[in-house]
Amino acid sequence: MNPMRQNFAVEPERFEFSAAPIHKFDLARREFFKLLGAGVAVFAVARDAIAAQETPAGSRAFHNEELPKEITSWLHVGEDGVVTGFTGKAEVGQNIRTSISQTIADELRVPFEGVRLVMANTSLTPFDAGTFGSRTTPTMTPQFRRVAEAARNLLVGVAAKEWNVAPEGLVAADAKVTDPASKRSLSYAELARGKTLAQNLPAEDPITPATEWKVAGKPLPKVDGRAFVTGSHQYSSDISLDGMLYGKVLRPPSFGATLASYDDSVAKAMNGVTVVRDGDFVGVTAPSVHEAQKALEAIRVQWKEVPQVSSEEIFSYLKKNAEASSNERSRHQKGSLADGLAEAAHRVETTHNVAYIAHAPLEPRAAAAQWTEGKLTVWTGTQRPFANRDELASVFHIPESSVRVIVPDTGAAYGGKHTSDAAIEAARLARAAGKPVRVVWTREEEFTWAYFRPAGVIEVKSGMSKDGKLTAWEFHNYHSGMSGIETPYDVANQHTEYHQVPLVLRSGSYRGLAATANHFARESHMDALAHVVRMDPLEFRMTNLSNERMRAVLEAAAKSFGWPRKKTQPGQGFGIACGAEKGSYVATCAEVAVNRASGDVRVVRVVEAFECGAIVNPDGLRNQVVGAVIQGLGGALFEAVEFENGRITNPHFVTYRVPRFRDVPEVEAVLLDRKDIPSAGAGETPIMAIAPAVGNALFAATGVRLDNLPMVPNGLRAA
Amino acid sequence: MAKSLEIEVNGKRYPVGYPPDTPLLYVLHDELGLTGTKYGCGEGQCGACTVLIGGAPRRSCQVPVGAAAAKPITTIEGLEKEGKLHPVQQAFLDAGAFQCAFCTSGMVMSSIGLLQTNANPKREDIVHFLQGNICRCGTHPRVLEAVQHAAKMMQERAQ
Repeated sequence: MNPMRQNFAVEPERFEFSAAPIHKFDLARREFFKLLGAGVAVFAVARDAIAAQETPAGSRAFHNEELPKEITSWLHVGEDGVVTGFTGKAEVGQNIRTSISQTIADELRVPFEGVRLVMANTSLTPFDAGTFGSRTTPTMTPQFRRVAEAARNLLVGVAAKEWNVAPEGLVAADAKVTDPASKRSLSYAELARGKTLAQNLPAEDPITPATEWKVAGKPLPKVDGRAFVTGSHQYSSDISLDGMLYGKVLRPPSFGATLASYDDSVAKAMNGVTVVRDGDFVGVTAPSVHEAQKALEAIRVQWKEVPQVSSEEIFSYLKKNAEASSNERSRHQKGSLADGLAEAAHRVETTHNVAYIAHAPLEPRAAAAQWTEGKLTVWTGTQRPFANRDELASVFHIPESSVRVIVPDTGAAYGGKHTSDAAIEAARLARAAGKPVRVVWTREEEFTWAYFRPAGVIEVKSGMSKDGKLTAWEFHNYHSGMSGIETPYDVANQHTEYHQVPLVLRSGSYRGLAATANHFARESHMDALAHVVRMDPLEFRMTNLSNERMRAVLEAAAKSFGWPRKKTQPGQGFGIACGAEKGSYVATCAEVAVNRASGDVRVVRVVEAFECGAIVNPDGLRNQVVGAVIQGLGGALFEAVEFENGRITNPHFVTYRVPRFRDVPEVEAVLLDRKDIPSAGAGETPIMAIAPAVGNALFAATGVRLDNLPMVPNGLRAA
Repeated sequence: MAKSLEIEVNGKRYPVGYPPDTPLLYVLHDELGLTGTKYGCGEGQCGACTVLIGGAPRRSCQVPVGAAAAKPITTIEGLEKEGKLHPVQQAFLDAGAFQCAFCTSGMVMSSIGLLQTNANPKREDIVHFLQGNICRCGTHPRVLEAVQHAAKMMQERAQ
């Protein structure tokens, strides 16, 4: 089974994967046809990999085009003893540079400090479909374990040959191979010297179990931490190239607007300014960002606009425009819903509207592009370097082998940096200017021209017996997506369905995809049911839950939180919610305080229990879990993209509110380390249960059930 | 362009070629190559571009370079002395108070600004002072921890 392909199959909300690039250029057609194979290769994930890629002394020039496409990771032990891992995955703040390095060090038996990782560079690293779907840890951890183990065995083999002894008796540790019998030892550097050894990897090599990890499993600090606190790390928005100019792109006033009239005579006359027009694409380059901005403002244009849907009417629009025939894979049925509802003592129906939200990574989309003899190199913050490479090749009608995409460790992404917009723009401008160009989106561009987490309408209908056993579960999601759509609770009669709606705003992946919306609807609904039968919300969940891993996180969160708790002051409330996605489990308890007079809502304390199998780095994991809770508070309480007739009306941090220090509660992460279960990813699931936990706490505090996301964009009026 | 304007950054004087109405951020980041100061919004709303002007924390995207010429400017690059990190940098490193770290420079500079006027801030003082610094990764609790830790280190050092 191909896990990537499976992901694509179940996640229709990754709209940006199938979207065309935002710019199309009318370029001279060349002899370039995208090979079918290349398109398919985007989804290809290999099971085998080359163990050790030894290059001849002095030669570092190898290109992944020369290596089999099915390789997904490789490792190099140099003559200087430096261990270098190569992966197409990108570091976007989730700390995989550290966790992967730990895994390599652990299995190769070298110090953590001796491992270097080359990431997300299309000319150096193996093909990779992208850094998304919480796939890095579950795929890269076992792969790097296997390649590292094979490399270690090769080095042991070299030593055995050198000493003319059996390899079985030798010990690899601390970057050297030792013969306990003769007390001889040789360092990996010495063993690697003058060798060109490569090995294909046997598929079923055993790997070191988590209980025996020595470097992995430890809370090691983030790699390159010093570069971040000194400001020396170069993000793509910091890349500076010889003779580089600064680019800006002219944006239409509304989505879908086309150029009606155009006059760039003033802009063109400005010092050092180049204006580029290619169809509806208009951009400028100048010696500084400020001058580029002035040049852009000097272009006189009129636009032809088209009427569009506004946020005021979006939810009724989504319901009305749902596509009639949904296919089999977007529907899940079990038992008889009619029977389940008929036998129920209580029936509950809820509807949940979920607003569009923006990723708003602090580093906006950015790219620096350079053309050299028809070949393009782009530095850009993206989660999909190879897909970016392919898009650039396609847009500029050049072979993929003429495009190189390099991803510096990036100022966050959260699922938002899958497309190649800034890269295309920088490359187009660089080609026109004949010099390297850097494009950094403004915050307003970021809030307007990036893609959003899709809005949605979710309808839930359920039935349960007098003693709180679920008998029927009907769940419909319109537009927001299928992730986390299936209930983890035991219900004999179910109907779950996702309804596709044509895109209104440019939409796509966001940390956790639609699982956040689906979990909010389901867990809010579960809370409502618990109140109908007057059961404690935790007890009610346990009554309907047999999944042991889910029960374990619920118990762990409840224990640390002190659930159930009694209110000690007015306006106080406690809520609980849980969820599972992508092989990991989460349960969240929240305490809120509502000021009834002012309507002010404060989340006071959050305890989140999380389990993702064997933990690779508890410190990095804690950062991800706490961070997801805090980020999730934004979408839960106040984040919403507002739009009117094709214009985003709140495209600034003043009007689009994200969580700030004052919004941050006391957050406790309880990490369950299941060393008996393979490590799963942790970037997404920890964001899924915070919104319903807070919503349920608000209900407990006020008696008001808030069914929509965001819940309190303008505070909570006194109930 | 007449190179009449000069600014003092991290104890060094630099001629400025960009027009005087250019925001200081672009001069630091693009003209002088001091890329530790970040563009996050250009609207004075996120704090990623925070530098010290005459010792006070300022959003460099909101200050025209012409207006910044009178006072010495300190950026994140000017904090390390003889290979030794500033206590606030060290505290951020010790606490692992960053994920994507794009906000870190601004957080560090703002925190130094706070500690200069309040050597022993309470948690709510730090929250109040850093309200204008956005971290999208949600690393706020560790930033608060780091600033408190830095305050302690600086007090010990001063004794």
